[in-house]
Amino acid sequence: MAYSDKVIDHYSNPRNIGTLDKSSKQVGTGLVGAPECGDVMRLQIEVDEVTGIIKDAKFKTFGCGSAIASSSLATEWLKGKSVDDALKIDNMDIVEELALPPVKIHCSVLAEDAIKSAINDYRVKNGLSPIEDNKKHY
Amino acid sequence: MLNLPIYLDNNATTPMDPRVLEAMLPYFIENFGNAASRNHAFGWKAEEAVDYAREQIASLINADSKEIIITSGATESNNLALKGVFEMYAEKGNHFITVETEHKAILDTCKHLEKLGAEVTYLQAAEDGLITVEQVAAAIKPNTVLVTVMYANNEIGVIQPIKEITALCKSKGILFHTDATQAVGKIKVDVIADGIDMMSFSGHKMYGPKGVGVLYVRRKNPRVKVTAQMDGGGHERGMRSGTLNVPSIVGLGKACELCRLEMDVDTARISKMRDRLEQELLVIEESYINGNTEHRLPHVSNMSFKYVEGEGLIMGVKNIAVSSGSACTSASLEPSYVLKALGLDDELAHSSLRFGLSRFTTDEEIDYAINHVKEAVNKLREMSPLWEMFKEGIDLKTIQWAEH
Repeated sequence: MAYSDKVIDHYSNPRNIGTLDKSSKQVGTGLVGAPECGDVMRLQIEVDEVTGIIKDAKFKTFGCGSAIASSSLATEWLKGKSVDDALKIDNMDIVEELALPPVKIHCSVLAEDAIKSAINDYRVKNGLSPIEDNKKHY
Repeated sequence: MLNLPIYLDNNATTPMDPRVLEAMLPYFIENFGNAASRNHAFGWKAEEAVDYAREQIASLINADSKEIIITSGATESNNLALKGVFEMYAEKGNHFITVETEHKAILDTCKHLEKLGAEVTYLQAAEDGLITVEQVAAAIKPNTVLVTVMYANNEIGVIQPIKEITALCKSKGILFHTDATQAVGKIKVDVIADGIDMMSFSGHKMYGPKGVGVLYVRRKNPRVKVTAQMDGGGHERGMRSGTLNVPSIVGLGKACELCRLEMDVDTARISKMRDRLEQELLVIEESYINGNTEHRLPHVSNMSFKYVEGEGLIMGVKNIAVSSGSACTSASLEPSYVLKALGLDDELAHSSLRFGLSRFTTDEEIDYAINHVKEAVNKLREMSPLWEMFKEGIDLKTIQWAEH
């Protein structure tokens, strides 16, 4: 399968690989996927206590090139956004940006799930209720 | 100078040997005759070339040239063997025995025959990929007509105990077929000594051309017959009609001859390189060889690198051409059914690479491949959350995964 230049770029030079302190109250961690499905993403955000802006984002991904690129791109987009704006990131934006083929759409879905899961982890840690995800993916 | 990418997918197909091409060339334009034309020199020349090739093919597997049925490849040979026996021996029974790690050309043909009323037992291979003769014995019923077990597996290269199984079949009066596509030309396959009744193989896995293969059909003790699946001019002793593909048959003959003459030298050299590749890659933490290493083809290695995903790994080793039993390559999101059948953990089955060496593989290429794979695995582990968990001592089986 031919990968888009953007997927190859993110795969070859992934942005923001790493680990944040998951015990910190300012850090939200999302771990989605399963080893038997062939992809697992861990995405973390660090939210500024005062401004509510995501000041750092890190990821680690076990998966194909498209999964790695989707999570790498997600961390790029998350940095500098408010938590509320981060919730607006849609998997189809990732599909479009990386020119993912139909068989790889699930990678973008996983990235969106990872973002929401990280945000909910952050919300729960800070006494807020988790946001229900009613979105249906096709 | 190294030419990149390096081809290490020789279980998928091999390059043709230049000597094979050379042997084929006169049979396209100069000697283009139809081997079935009995009335003129053009036909005679073609027939002579085919007869000679048939001898070359037969002598590689210790068969008689009359027992060589030329087909378009091993898939057709497998179809002809199974469907042909199902029809020809319908009165005797309808039960087949095979193994769940067979090639799809066997498994899907069995599925097809099941719809037509055949009964098929799929034996389960052990963790090392092998089955035992006891398993076959236990599966035999009064209506069993055929046992079909591949000689060597295409994904992991393990060699099944063919002689023991054929001895059992013979004692019970059951026919034995083997898909020997990966074995013929690579290791010594002798239809007499091995007791094989029918055997499929193809040209392009042994440095010959694509689109040509063989079904060996025994003529004596017992005399085996299969119902033709391609009707027409009654070529190939009535078992496979169609004008003979003379240049390809000549090429296949030459390829067989080269394998027969050079097998010992090739095998010694190739297996040494394979072993070196494997030993060097086993140095990587949490790396494993899949399948039995004692009963195995000399040119194949299937390895898993835990905590990295197969397709991501394939992308990382873009300068070597290998195959992966990975999730996404097939777009079916399923890891290799062969590796799964061996009971491998999904994360191991997902991250496997199959290396297939050939007579054209060089030491320099193996050196390159070793470093290339090591770098890719290290890089992917740096970004693998599973590797990080493993390093922290977390048992992945205790985690509640959000399956999707």
